[in-house]
Amino acid sequence: MSNSAYDKVKLARDSSRPTGLDYINNIFKNFIEMHGDRRYADDHAIVGGIASLNGSPATVIAIEKGHTAKERNYRNFGAPHPEGYRKALRLMKQAEKFGRPIICFIDTSGAYCGIEAEERGQGQAIAENLMEMTTLCVPIISILIGEGGSGGALALAVADRVWMLQNSVYSVISPEGCASILWKDSTKAAEAAASLKLSAEDAKNLGVIERIISETDIGKKEFYERIKLLLADEVEALSSDPDLIGKRYDRFRRIGADAKAALE
Amino acid sequence: MALINFLKPKNQLEEGGRSSAPIQQDEGEPEKKCPNCHKDIPLSRLWANKLTCACGYHFRMKSRQRISMITDRDSFRELFSDIKSGNPLNFPGYKDKLTTVRNVSGEEEAVVCGTARIGKQNCCVFVMESSFMMGSMGSAVGEKITSIFEYATKNHMPVVGFTVSGGARMQEGLLSLMQMAKTSAAVKRHSDAGLLYIAVLTDPTTGGVTASFAMEADIILAEPGATVGFAGARVIVQTTRKSLPKEFQKAESMLEHGFIDGIAPRSGQKKLLSDILKMHNNNGGKA
Repeated sequence: MSNSAYDKVKLARDSSRPTGLDYINNIFKNFIEMHGDRRYADDHAIVGGIASLNGSPATVIAIEKGHTAKERNYRNFGAPHPEGYRKALRLMKQAEKFGRPIICFIDTSGAYCGIEAEERGQGQAIAENLMEMTTLCVPIISILIGEGGSGGALALAVADRVWMLQNSVYSVISPEGCASILWKDSTKAAEAAASLKLSAEDAKNLGVIERIISETDIGKKEFYERIKLLLADEVEALSSDPDLIGKRYDRFRRIGADAKAALE
Repeated sequence: MALINFLKPKNQLEEGGRSSAPIQQDEGEPEKKCPNCHKDIPLSRLWANKLTCACGYHFRMKSRQRISMITDRDSFRELFSDIKSGNPLNFPGYKDKLTTVRNVSGEEEAVVCGTARIGKQNCCVFVMESSFMMGSMGSAVGEKITSIFEYATKNHMPVVGFTVSGGARMQEGLLSLMQMAKTSAAVKRHSDAGLLYIAVLTDPTTGGVTASFAMEADIILAEPGATVGFAGARVIVQTTRKSLPKEFQKAESMLEHGFIDGIAPRSGQKKLLSDILKMHNNNGGKA
């Protein structure tokens, strides 16, 4: 059994990788952070605000893991509570009101598994984001920069374009969780990782993402500059699309629709 | 009146009283032990009480049984029954698992969809099937749910859905995950068309189904004692090393925390659903 898929998972989790705030600070100018969901609290695992993307205003939202032990603790290791998703939705609705595009950076092992998170409606918060994002009338671009863990990642990825960093992963369940449930053996995580088809290439082949952003053989400055230009170009193209919401619907509608072919 | 009050089953006390009396039964009539009160229930009585125990415990129910319990006689017309999962990722063991599960459950997929009448009210229904890979959502489940919402939107019909699910079907990887977004988009279109969606959460409703169409209904009901949550209880204990509060992730606790509209015991479910449908007739009952 190949180890390469699992190597990718480990790479995607590496604490030395750039985090959400690194992308915000290097790609955008004048980032002004906005806090709180106006319902319960401010979740430190999700950072959001307004910033300038290549000279134009944008709403930017990122799941932040932090680098140091202290930061990672403060950010709850990038595992958001419901209030994080509700803050994100609040900022997205604000983006719609003021006609700004929405850019999301995703890096989470998943929505936080905890008693309070459940009692405050983790499932409901994610569901509401999925539902509301489908009809926001401004362009949404989501980039998976590290781990894309299940519903907790998807809650910021109901977008017009979803891109993945070359060494990021996107999966319905962690390989460890999958191995533990299916084979009662979490040491078979490497096997599960290979079977889950969670790499950027797999996601592209499955039609789940549009673009893979290469991250090797390039200087730091050029790396961020290139993402900035890709984002600016794509925002411009999406902004002039009169059928943005219809196409976003179709983007998800066709995934897993082949079972229907026999019906028509 | 609060929904919770008028949902209380009138016959629960009577039933409770009756169960303490000695049970007249034929020698050797098959019985089933209630996991809640540990009493043996004769199968005939279990069936007469819609698979509930006198103590209030609700046993799991097959989708077809539910459909005959809830819908008017001969009113159910199945739709999208030819949509079924293949093995898109060639996931090890999945193909054989599907074959076995199809044989054992008698269903092709983990949800049954169609049109029906509930108390003479036309509606679309979907009922998930716990005996099919614990109602997990893969491409076919997502496609069927999406299709029934699209059908309902096109035909201006309300949707009544019964959920039971362990979450996304991991054997279909990302394709399963994407069904959460796909179904949510279809629910949103149905909602934006001014149409009614009632969800009845049954035991257990968890994971990606909770985090999508189960929690997106206009009116969310749950069966007594149903487990309703996002993350699995075992995973939460492992992650947090904390002991769980009593009633954690139970329908009753979801009600207390404000995430469902009411508890709907089976005894009164059909009447409740038809009453709600009637009150939305202007928008929902045109078909």
